[in-house]
Amino acid sequence: MSTIPLGPVLDTAHAPGDGARVVEPKTPALLLTNHHHLCPGCGEPLAIRAIAEAIEDLGLVDTAVCALGIGCYTSFGSTVDIDLVQCLHGRAPSVATGVKRMLPDATVFTLQGDGDMVNEGLQEVLHTAARGESLTAVLVNNGVFGETGGHMTATSVLGQRTKNTIEGRDAEYHGYPILIGDLIAQLEGAAYVARGSVHNAGAVARTTKMVRRAFETQRRREGFSFVEILTMCPTGWFIPTGEGPDYLASTLGEVHIMGELKADGQIRTTEELHAENVRKAAELEAQLARGGLED
Amino acid sequence: MTTTTTPTRALMEGSEALVRAAILADCRFFAGYPMTPFTEVLEHFAALLPDAGGVCINAESEIEAVGMAWGAVATGARAATGSTGQGLALMQESFSEATLAELPLVIFNMSRSQGDYFQATRGGGHGDYRHIVLAPQDVREGVALVQLAFHLADKWRNPVMIYGDYLLAHTQEAVSVERVEFPPLPEKEWAVDGSRSGTGRSRSVTPLGVTKVGQRHFGQEGKAQYIATKMAYVEREARAESGFCDDAETVVVAFGSPAKFVKYAVAQLRDEGLRVGWVRPITLWPFPVDAVRAATRTARIVGSFEISSGQLVDDVRIAVAGAAPVEFIGGVSSDHSGFGLGRLLDVDEVRERIRALHEGRPQPPVPGYEEFTYEPAPHQLAPTPEVTP
Repeated sequence: MSTIPLGPVLDTAHAPGDGARVVEPKTPALLLTNHHHLCPGCGEPLAIRAIAEAIEDLGLVDTAVCALGIGCYTSFGSTVDIDLVQCLHGRAPSVATGVKRMLPDATVFTLQGDGDMVNEGLQEVLHTAARGESLTAVLVNNGVFGETGGHMTATSVLGQRTKNTIEGRDAEYHGYPILIGDLIAQLEGAAYVARGSVHNAGAVARTTKMVRRAFETQRRREGFSFVEILTMCPTGWFIPTGEGPDYLASTLGEVHIMGELKADGQIRTTEELHAENVRKAAELEAQLARGGLED
Repeated sequence: MTTTTTPTRALMEGSEALVRAAILADCRFFAGYPMTPFTEVLEHFAALLPDAGGVCINAESEIEAVGMAWGAVATGARAATGSTGQGLALMQESFSEATLAELPLVIFNMSRSQGDYFQATRGGGHGDYRHIVLAPQDVREGVALVQLAFHLADKWRNPVMIYGDYLLAHTQEAVSVERVEFPPLPEKEWAVDGSRSGTGRSRSVTPLGVTKVGQRHFGQEGKAQYIATKMAYVEREARAESGFCDDAETVVVAFGSPAKFVKYAVAQLRDEGLRVGWVRPITLWPFPVDAVRAATRTARIVGSFEISSGQLVDDVRIAVAGAAPVEFIGGVSSDHSGFGLGRLLDVDEVRERIRALHEGRPQPPVPGYEEFTYEPAPHQLAPTPEVTP
């Protein structure tokens, strides 16, 4: 296999001020290779990059231990240069608990998909949050079992077509999606809860900040921190690769609302986050109309 | 960090002695979920681990308990979990995969009877896996075997189970919990602590056979083969003891608490002049095939006494390999709660069963179960047609 160079790439550390800028290639040092084995258009590599950047930015590299779930993203266990404990499907929060209790000074995080965390291991993540374990749980949520070929998960939205909801997820027959971030935010032991996305550069930048805040929460030993990252899965959604970001924004993104669900002791509801996002979008529109985005 | 030690003999519940032995063996993490008759093991860990600088978590389920222990073991700490049959059934996926991940996990199994012999030695989990299973006959031996369990787990990087029961967990014995010395073991280079992240030499603790880019890659099948070939060496750890077997015409095999009853009953029969002997597997896996074969060398009949419907007897038959007939002389027998061993575990009962085996008579009925013999319905007695084309 040939090595595909990463650059030039878009600067994802800042929202673009005057349109997207091409910057010098920047590969997180934690990546052992530029390869990944996931499908074109997959959002998970972006989410993993956001985690790697946050760890590097905060200077936490030599304390980082990952408890990894089972899904497409599992392949990153071998390509990211972080001490790894591979977990069984659903079990990462418990495993991370054991790691953190034995290594209180380590920066311990889990990486799970929606099938892993919200289907198979729902009680594990809830109990770990309720215990206020000082670790960071990261969920890559694409609303589908990507690895098995596109089956419904507990976060699939109503109307979503999957291999076992051929006509679309029907509430009466298949039940309703779980808004896991909203659920975790209600638990006393959860100190920081946020939901990001990787469907455009602005969302990636916002999400990287969320991951950073989550790790800072862990370092301050304030309790459980949680970041949900909505990711594209055009293969599992049965749509053309290029339509992934728009599909995410218009389906998953309309139900699992982006924003900080719990920060600084404040819990915010889906409705409040939605209203805030609408207001922010209008603000950006206005800035654009005035001739460019402010920093 | 202090080490809890009990230098002189003290009257102590089995569970407490086992837990003190674990802490002496540097166990610093335990996670469990209460379930009779295992509960007191969890209680004593909860009471004693914090003062030893350790952590005990009352997990929200057995599945979470074994996950937490998985994580703790992955850091290089000595850690354990435990339960009884049903709870251990919930942990089986982790048990089999922990073997592939080469996690030196110790499992306290305080079983409700000996009917979990298959669960312990064959496992309810998937794939090709084996655990070392140690079966103490009493609290005193339990103190030593718990420490051996932690040593063997680290020596082979493989889970080790302590197979006890209601009697072991709850009997008060005068015991001295003292450290057993073992040869030194290598540093746990494989354990994660984050210190190698970003150095290009980060570590993976994984059952998947996948390592970091540039490191030795097993693949899932390769890892399974690697573990299978390791097990051939682990089989050398088989342990057993035997008595009165030099000239025995009848040899009885038994393990755990019931073995102690068998040993006493055999001694009584020897006093009467009967040429009977006993052999006790201390490791249920690896099964002490050579020791059982040697102990039954002169036997014309071999009995397996166990509190179950007959599980150990299979391994005895494999070991004896047709050199003598092997009969099951135990039975299902639990107390009224269903948690403890029942009326069959009585020296008089055990002695008369061994005597019946020796004299070629049928086994007496298991006391307390006379009315529970299954009667098949007529449709069940009718033959089932062949369907293979």
